[in-house]
Amino acid sequence: MDKLLEILNDLHPEVDFETETGLIDSKIFDSFDVVTIASEIIEAYDVDIDAEDMVPENFNSLEAIWDMIQRKQEEA
Amino acid sequence: MTNVLDYLTDTVERYPDKTAFADEETALSFRDLKNAIDSVGSALLHKGVTKEPILVYMNKSAKEIAAFMGVIAAGCFYVPIDSEMPAMRILKIIDNCNARICIVDSHTKELTKDLGFEGDILEYDSISTQGSDDEALRAAREEALDIDPIYIVFTSGSTGVPKGVAACHRSVIDYIEQLSEVLEVDENTVFGNQAPLYFDACLKELYPTIKFGATTYLIPKELFSLPLKLVEYLNEKKINTICWVVSALTIISAFRTFRKLVPQYLKVVAFGSEVFAIKQFNAWREACPNTKFINLYGPTEATGMSCYYRADRKFEEGEAIPIGRPFKNTQVLLLKDDGTLAGKGEEGEIYLRGTCVTLGYYNDPERTAGSFVQNPLQKSYADIVYRTGDMARYDDDGNLIFVSRRDNQIKHMGHRIELGEIEAAVSQLDGISLTGCIYDERKEKIVLYYTGEISDADVINGLKGLLPRYMLPNKVFRLEEMLFTPNGKIDRKSLKQKYISENE
Repeated sequence: MDKLLEILNDLHPEVDFETETGLIDSKIFDSFDVVTIASEIIEAYDVDIDAEDMVPENFNSLEAIWDMIQRKQEEA
Repeated sequence: MTNVLDYLTDTVERYPDKTAFADEETALSFRDLKNAIDSVGSALLHKGVTKEPILVYMNKSAKEIAAFMGVIAAGCFYVPIDSEMPAMRILKIIDNCNARICIVDSHTKELTKDLGFEGDILEYDSISTQGSDDEALRAAREEALDIDPIYIVFTSGSTGVPKGVAACHRSVIDYIEQLSEVLEVDENTVFGNQAPLYFDACLKELYPTIKFGATTYLIPKELFSLPLKLVEYLNEKKINTICWVVSALTIISAFRTFRKLVPQYLKVVAFGSEVFAIKQFNAWREACPNTKFINLYGPTEATGMSCYYRADRKFEEGEAIPIGRPFKNTQVLLLKDDGTLAGKGEEGEIYLRGTCVTLGYYNDPERTAGSFVQNPLQKSYADIVYRTGDMARYDDDGNLIFVSRRDNQIKHMGHRIELGEIEAAVSQLDGISLTGCIYDERKEKIVLYYTGEISDADVINGLKGLLPRYMLPNKVFRLEEMLFTPNGKIDRKSLKQKYISENE
């Protein structure tokens, strides 16, 4: 999860990702961020993220993103 | 034809009820558009305007386009500002152009007051429905020349002060004529606009739409992180022509959207401003085998795009898609440092010559003189060419290949950015001593190094009020000591080497 945290902290060093659960709902992430994060995950974790994974629910919190990565790793 | 609005005169007769511009809330037919333009133009003329800049501060919408053209109808030129710009940048723009009037909508009215704008604030919904003063509009049109500016758009400046590029009717008409031919625009064209309205990129949709009686949909911004919905939108609206930045195209291909859904109506995909990863380009080509792909190249200072290349074959990994050849009526002078023309395979700087060369930087004769120069190849008559700072060479087929930049300007997510402007903004923050900014092209990251008594998070937070979103550094490192060149300047080259060696 360290790699993921680093990706997120690079984008938003001002956010406490351990506690924040409304990254999309509170408009902390915009569409630009979501795409950047997804692209970095593809590279860092060597997984495929599909178009149908690009939904707000998968990016709302650190936990949600992490769950998605693990799901994708199991699929692979 | 001497006025961009001449395009509309004929089109509104032919297609009065057809949709010209549509967003999620409003669809303007050509008749609606014409009425709104005439009303806005008349309202401005009643305020006594004459060939002057008018600010347009509205949410991106079909109505904003009508406001732009209303400004032109009054013989004036529009200066778009946007809530995506940080307050500091907007203030610098207001400062530079000294406008007396700002057109707003209900979303931006209060924001404009908060900025301390002292001129007249006119609400679009009120001035677009007052009706037309035909006499006043006719008089304004008669006084208009094709060398009068129609807009000023602001681009990044290395000292921290943005540069306002002003372009005239004649340049825009020339551009639209040549571009429309390359993109094969006609009355059946349906554009899906991605570009913001506050740059020149949107000219590609705005003026061909009124020239041919085509239709432009302004695609909602949030769709650019939802690839499936984005393709659904393209199909639902039967969009057949898109001119997008590469990163917007990549959003669709990188997440394997094509396995689920493919754009059905696309005839022309134009892209530009940055490197297209070959893997992504090939994915698009395979998914849309009947679509024409066109790479466009050109700086704001030459009105929009100046060169094009039809990318009609598969490209191999590591190959660069050429920027191709200039549009008709535009000339590229590829000049070596000794002022002579570069031969085959030789590197040179791109100078652009033609009607496309704009009027220069607004209220900035010094920087204008630096880049808009007499044609170095002849001194017998006035012949102003634009020095792009882009280094290129010709390939074996005579196509131009982009090589690098002369200075510290970068292209990041489709935006043109001066690293110097980022550094200038960082230097304004309390607790910063020194700062050096570099760009990692491979991973497309803006990397900032600084020294001083301030945390990374505070640097980013502080910058949010000073820089547009797309200019914020992606990586920030605090150094104990800055790296210098032997003559005491901040050493970007060494910073870059340090970054690469530590992040491989």
